[in-house]
Amino acid sequence: MIRVVLPAHLRILARVEGEVNLEVEGLATQRSVLNALEAAYPMLRGTLRDYVTEQRRPYVRFFACEQDLSHEPPDTPLPEPVASGAEPFLIVGAIAGG
Amino acid sequence: MSKVRVLVGTRKGAFVLASDGKRDRWDISGPHFGGWEIYHLKGSPADPNRLYASQSTGWFGQLIQRSNDGGQTWEPVDNKFVYDGVPGTHQWYDGTPHPWEFKRVWHLEPSLTDPDTVYAGVEDAALFRSSDGGKSWQELSGLRGHGSGSRWQPGAGGMCLHTIVLDPSDPARIYIAISAAGAFRSDDAGKTWKPINRGLKSQQQIPDPTAEVGHCVHRIAMHPARPGVLFMQKHWDVMRTDNAGESWQEVSGNLPVDFGFVIDVHAHEPETIYVVPIKSDSEHYPPEGKLRVYRSRTGGNEWQELTKGLPQSNCYVNVLRDAMAVDSLDKCGVYFGTTGGQVYASADAGDNWAPIARDLPAVLSVEVQTLP
Repeated sequence: MIRVVLPAHLRILARVEGEVNLEVEGLATQRSVLNALEAAYPMLRGTLRDYVTEQRRPYVRFFACEQDLSHEPPDTPLPEPVASGAEPFLIVGAIAGG
Repeated sequence: MSKVRVLVGTRKGAFVLASDGKRDRWDISGPHFGGWEIYHLKGSPADPNRLYASQSTGWFGQLIQRSNDGGQTWEPVDNKFVYDGVPGTHQWYDGTPHPWEFKRVWHLEPSLTDPDTVYAGVEDAALFRSSDGGKSWQELSGLRGHGSGSRWQPGAGGMCLHTIVLDPSDPARIYIAISAAGAFRSDDAGKTWKPINRGLKSQQQIPDPTAEVGHCVHRIAMHPARPGVLFMQKHWDVMRTDNAGESWQEVSGNLPVDFGFVIDVHAHEPETIYVVPIKSDSEHYPPEGKLRVYRSRTGGNEWQELTKGLPQSNCYVNVLRDAMAVDSLDKCGVYFGTTGGQVYASADAGDNWAPIARDLPAVLSVEVQTLP
């Protein structure tokens, strides 16, 4: 089970409170986690990554285990504590805008 | 007694203002989608409880929300706006080719007859249509594929398709406007398009006085009883056409300044129109700090200033292009919103004004529904 923390605006959109728990088949990567997240919460499609390019939106960041994973390739395995559910995968709206 | 519902899109959410036909007391609900930019929300003429809203942020992109109960509850519908085929390029500000990139939905125009059909005007400029209540969107790519598309260039606010006008007498006829490409018309339900910009003068921006495209049209309005007559607030100049856009004539007349964004038509008097003059394209506030609506009862040229109830000193707000609307009660109500967060209403066709909301976030759009 993968634990995912959404930013506040997307928790409201997805109508969830607290963490989201996802079952991810195969290797836990950014892509597989986001695929599972969007399958479970279709209203989040397009909010985290571009529909066409599947690239992360510029003001969306991914953190876990005190590391910024935002620039990791999408198929890189996530840290083992995330894959095991010991640590959450954090999706963060970048602090920007003045 | 009839009711009026005012749908207000702002920089930080949507608000729904409701009143009875007297229009002197207003209930405000919201913010809906707090913290998100609501560029536009509008109700279906065929089912007033069906509303569509364009919701976006720079962080999480574009969403479309739909309500089936007049804005009490909402559900997100499809937000996949993908250009048809290979998007190609338009011109960037410096004249170099720039790839077409979807940014946001500026305007949603529900069909006049079918609640499940709605058009979306987007940035970078294109027209999309949904025929299933927003569950899927298809581009009407004949517009962007018009031969001039590669020459379109953004205005200061982006290259947005901000105006969609449906002809009630001819379901196949659609007008749209793009900043800063100009106005276009389709006579075959959106398959093919022609630019309708003859008579527009934009020498400050484009030296060719006969330029087919490149005009910074801010807004177009139509009275449903006279669908061949259109009124336009251009970047500078107020214009009208009496032949469905084949040619335009300037009707700025005695306006103190003919720059502005909004224009609208009285619900029962097709020759009565309203504008809000703004000082200039570099000073987006009213001249002399006086917020004035100007009304022409002659279809332009002769304008009367309307000031009763509007601030006449130290007022430096703007009124954006989608932020004026009218109701259809016997005494036509006129409404507009400001970047200062006020929504002003007149229940007597503009003679007297009062704020019906004072401290909202910056207002991006105002629409009105007249309900039984």
